Amino acid sequence: MPADLRTRIGHLDLPSPILTASGCAGAGRELAQFTDVARLGAVITKSVTLEPRAGNPAPRLAETPSGILSSPGLQGPGIDGFLQRDLPWLLSRGARAVVSIAGHSAREYGELAARLSDAPGVTAIEVNLGCPDASAAGRPFALDPAAANAVVAAVRGSARYDIPVFAKLSPEVTDIAAVARACVSAGTDGLSMINTLPGMAIDPATLRPALAGLSGGLSGPAIRPVAVRCVWQVREALPDVPIIGSGGVRTGRDALELMLAGAAMVAVGTVLFHDPSACSRIQRELEEELVARGVDRVSDIVGRAHQPAGYAAGRTWV
Amino acid sequence: MAPVQVRGTVLTVRRVDAYVAMTVVAPAIATRFRPGQFIAVAVGGPQSAMLARRAFSVHDVRPDHGGTVEFIFLAREPGTQWLAECRARDVLDVVGPLGRPFPVPRDPASCLLLGVGTGAAPLFSLASRLAERGCPTDYLLGAESADRVFGALTARRTGRSAVITTSDGSLGSRGSVVDMLPTVVQQARTDVIYASAPLGVLRAVCALAGRYAIPVQALVAEPPMMCGTGLCMGCVLPAVSSDGVTRMVRACVDGPVFRGDLVRWDDVGTIPFDALGAPGWKPRPTSATSPAPPASSATSTVPAPGTASGSSGNPASSPISSAPGITSPSRSSSPPGSSGERSHAG
Repeated sequence: MPADLRTRIGHLDLPSPILTASGCAGAGRELAQFTDVARLGAVITKSVTLEPRAGNPAPRLAETPSGILSSPGLQGPGIDGFLQRDLPWLLSRGARAVVSIAGHSAREYGELAARLSDAPGVTAIEVNLGCPDASAAGRPFALDPAAANAVVAAVRGSARYDIPVFAKLSPEVTDIAAVARACVSAGTDGLSMINTLPGMAIDPATLRPALAGLSGGLSGPAIRPVAVRCVWQVREALPDVPIIGSGGVRTGRDALELMLAGAAMVAVGTVLFHDPSACSRIQRELEEELVARGVDRVSDIVGRAHQPAGYAAGRTWV
Repeated sequence: MAPVQVRGTVLTVRRVDAYVAMTVVAPAIATRFRPGQFIAVAVGGPQSAMLARRAFSVHDVRPDHGGTVEFIFLAREPGTQWLAECRARDVLDVVGPLGRPFPVPRDPASCLLLGVGTGAAPLFSLASRLAERGCPTDYLLGAESADRVFGALTARRTGRSAVITTSDGSLGSRGSVVDMLPTVVQQARTDVIYASAPLGVLRAVCALAGRYAIPVQALVAEPPMMCGTGLCMGCVLPAVSSDGVTRMVRACVDGPVFRGDLVRWDDVGTIPFDALGAPGWKPRPTSATSPAPPASSATSTVPAPGTASGSSGNPASSPISSAPGITSPSRSSSPPGSSGERSHAG
């Protein structure tokens, strides 16, 4: 019997826990050539900004062992272009749109949330807290619980009540649970983790940094253990808050690992550059992993690793 | 037609001078392919630590085994070295055909095919297509040395003329293709140039061709493509859209073939100050809510800052390599600087 992949969290009702990670699937258009976007849990869009942005100069990406270092600089059409073109396209394909938003001040985030609330069909909002805070000399919001709290409060205050808000956390902090608590106290409905880790590569041919932006965000399977650790810690601290786990997920087994650590949903990112049909494949593999362990519903395994050893004795799996 | 992702069996791997030529059985790609398009190959096997795909121009497709695709590469980094180690019957994960193909003229025109190194590979299937249209083709091929000139023999056999240049003078004349371009263009009475070369050469070719008012269709292979499918936003370069606005476009989906006069070659590797969304760029207050161009083909829907009121009659179809435009040498866009200045004034 096939396992039930449906995922229901508060207002969210998704056919699958597998999503695309922000920034790795655009607004779904390119991916739709290889994957049926309507069958995914949702498409988390590339972060949308208030104004159009040209992004950073090239080279923007560098390949590193089991990872990719990137600094695309939030290139995008801005909220107007997104609402006119990208969102209607996603909805016309029957996909669910989780819109990632990015800004340089709490006010910008709030404005974006308000604009999205006026548009029909936004499934959820993901708050990209990895952007530099203009009022804190460019330190990302996600590194400071107070700054993260202010942004989430602005978004929650402007977003329509029935649109869930997920705050995306950075692993680059001493205590990720503290930032998570700050976001929850500001009213976030869920958390998303992890954003990229800052990294750098130097080109041995030019003897210069490989990226025009000097440093970039590291993503891909290289950072998966960091993601598992972050999801685990936040789940320990806040067991009732739904988590979107992401970070180097490449196979159904990788998705299973994040879910066992506490993620209710799993976003697939950098691996899409390598395999544009990865989401469909991972969805299929996850189902196979569940069936192999005798699990009927995917929700049964969320946070399962936190239960003491032996708890499952007598059950068919583990 | 939309690209497909296939598992293709390697048919042959052979050395061609300094290069490796690989043929993969991929009927779905072969039937969709048009000259100028490329494929993106995953390297290192299913659990590879190399996440970036390697992009290669398709050299040729053949109907045998249901359809095969051949591409040429230089094994110079771990990914392509892994690929060069593959043998017949190995299976590769291939995505393609990707990108916009070369537009071809409706009526017979004298075409110059210019290629440097492996850049010459996509020109030969283009030549067959041009021959079908009755276009005479001349070749101008170059490389550092004789063993890196790809396709010299084919060019000599099938072209109306073929000029070869090498940096070290080991084949043809010593120097760069750019040195020979004025002579070749005059002798061949060239109407259109198809160029596939490193950025520096393309910049020089487009500058020279502009002086002779010859349109150029330029195939770019830089910055390197990580995914080939438009997801990673890595391979961007500044190009002028048909509405006169400079946008950062992706070489993989908006190219790899661009109209030479629309790429801002001198600004590649930067964000020009007047590019849409560049730092300090501000939209005009009135343009924020004006209607977007037809959604099907434009690279960005945000209205042009300086032109929102005036040029909406110009259907902003896709900027770069609109197919029929190649026989008209005139620039359809305003000079890049002017739109930018107006946008800042507003």
